[in-house]
Amino acid sequence: MYAQMVKSEATQDDPEKLAAFQARIDRGEKIEPKDWMPEGYRKTLIRQIGQHAHSEIVGQLPEGNWITRAPTLERKAILLAKVQDEAGHGLYLYCAAETLGVSRDELTEMLLDGRMKYSSIFNYPTLNWADIGAVGWLVDGAAIMNQVPLQRTSFGPYSRAMIRVCKEESFHQRQGYDAIRKMAEGTPEQKKMAQDALNRLWFPSLMMFGPSDKDSVHSEQSMAWKIKMNTNDELRQKFVDQTVPQIEFLGLELPDPGIKWNEERGHYDYTDPDWSEFFDVIKGNGPCNTDRLAARNNAWKDGAWVRDGLLAHAQKKAARKHAAE
Amino acid sequence: MTRDEALAQFLLRMGDNTLILGHRVSEWCGHAPVLEEDIALANTALDLIGQTQMWLGLAGEVQGMGKSADDLAFLRDVWDFRNLLLVEVPNGDFGRTLMRQCLFDAWHSIQLGHLMTSSDERVAAIAAKASKEVAYHLERSADTVVGLGDGTEESHRRMQEALDYLWPYVGEMFQSDEVDAEMVKAGIAPDPASLRADFDALITRIMGEATLTIPDSAFGHKGGRTGKMHTEHLGHLLTQMQWLQRAYPGAKW
Repeated sequence: MYAQMVKSEATQDDPEKLAAFQARIDRGEKIEPKDWMPEGYRKTLIRQIGQHAHSEIVGQLPEGNWITRAPTLERKAILLAKVQDEAGHGLYLYCAAETLGVSRDELTEMLLDGRMKYSSIFNYPTLNWADIGAVGWLVDGAAIMNQVPLQRTSFGPYSRAMIRVCKEESFHQRQGYDAIRKMAEGTPEQKKMAQDALNRLWFPSLMMFGPSDKDSVHSEQSMAWKIKMNTNDELRQKFVDQTVPQIEFLGLELPDPGIKWNEERGHYDYTDPDWSEFFDVIKGNGPCNTDRLAARNNAWKDGAWVRDGLLAHAQKKAARKHAAE
Repeated sequence: MTRDEALAQFLLRMGDNTLILGHRVSEWCGHAPVLEEDIALANTALDLIGQTQMWLGLAGEVQGMGKSADDLAFLRDVWDFRNLLLVEVPNGDFGRTLMRQCLFDAWHSIQLGHLMTSSDERVAAIAAKASKEVAYHLERSADTVVGLGDGTEESHRRMQEALDYLWPYVGEMFQSDEVDAEMVKAGIAPDPASLRADFDALITRIMGEATLTIPDSAFGHKGGRTGKMHTEHLGHLLTQMQWLQRAYPGAKW
């Protein structure tokens, strides 16, 4: 899930309009940018789509960390293609957010000065090559869990973006699993890398679904608006149930001794992540928050002359064309 | 030098250029001035790495010693590399990266145009595929050089500095040696010196539109394509690129 803890905005609109709006959603109609919508719906979506877009952008950094060290030309090409896809997802999501009346530059400024968040997972480091496999397998896997239902979300542009994003993400997940499988079946050192990656990224991946339902106070309105389709705990359980057999297939040790099949529930039991760590990361105290945000700020600051230069050229060109006419 | 030895050297020159430049361009990932540029840089790097797989794959085949493209990329030392010095110099700012790209793309597109009619069908086939990608690389890098050269005072200054810094690395693209003589004789590749006029015409037009001044110096650094003397930068690049293969020999990834 690339958008966590998105607070639903209260809304103070005309009750009749609100009821008609809710009825459209309940009938499964898509809301389009020019349609009337409650201010809270608009603001919540801007926050959620913006956070999702920022996650794609910041997510380039931990993966980009390994492009120059990828062990084969094919792995390098696959990783480059994946990171390019992520940047592309960022682009469609910013476009979807723009239809709600906020510009990409405004959203970027809010990311850079910390007013907007990105997924907590990208504040963890990628320390060995197996992390790249694990990011595809676990992180993209967790993201897909959330994004597949969002293909049916009520806001048209977001739903359409998710349809495209999900196709690519499924591909990334398969590639990630293939990369880590190669290592799990490889030399003892490679297997150690795979195990290390799984152990480190397991709980942060579970945290991607957000706090437990009993502590998640903002869900109800978003669920009624079909901006959020499932609860955090439902999705987390689904992820655990899907992933445990995959870990066993790889021949790796389970990263949590609490994982056990529960016959009665028909699900795996698991240990909850350390939520104090989650809230620390959200507050900016994860292992990489400072570096990730600094990297994005530097890219923006160091690139100002490029953006200004290209804009100045476009204006000169337009003026020359105008003068010639 | 037999014909196959010369051909293998020629193929290493092509593949090492794309490998090293692809590596440099990929260093930008996540740090570009604007999202579209991040995507374009990753796309360019991806094309170059794909071309590397083809050139080095064929080089290994021609060498006939059972080496794969990966063996050649990850298990050779600095003195074995045959890339132009131009592609191994550090990225510098975005302007220098795009200026380097433009100078390389101009040469590369002309070179590939000739290679498409190579007497060696394998070379012609790789060139035909690569030339489509490189036509786009050149369009984009030239547009960006023009936009930034003819942009603000600051962007103009930075682009002129980039051109001044990189120009001494241009001459090496047009130097010929016995490998090239053998390739010309076999009808496999053109004489590098023969590409200069087309290159100068193209670059003069682009730099003219960019309002930049081509330095008035014919001096050219050399040693990359012969392997006699690389810059200090290449060794550092290889330590990063080759690290996993060197640290865990024989592992399959």
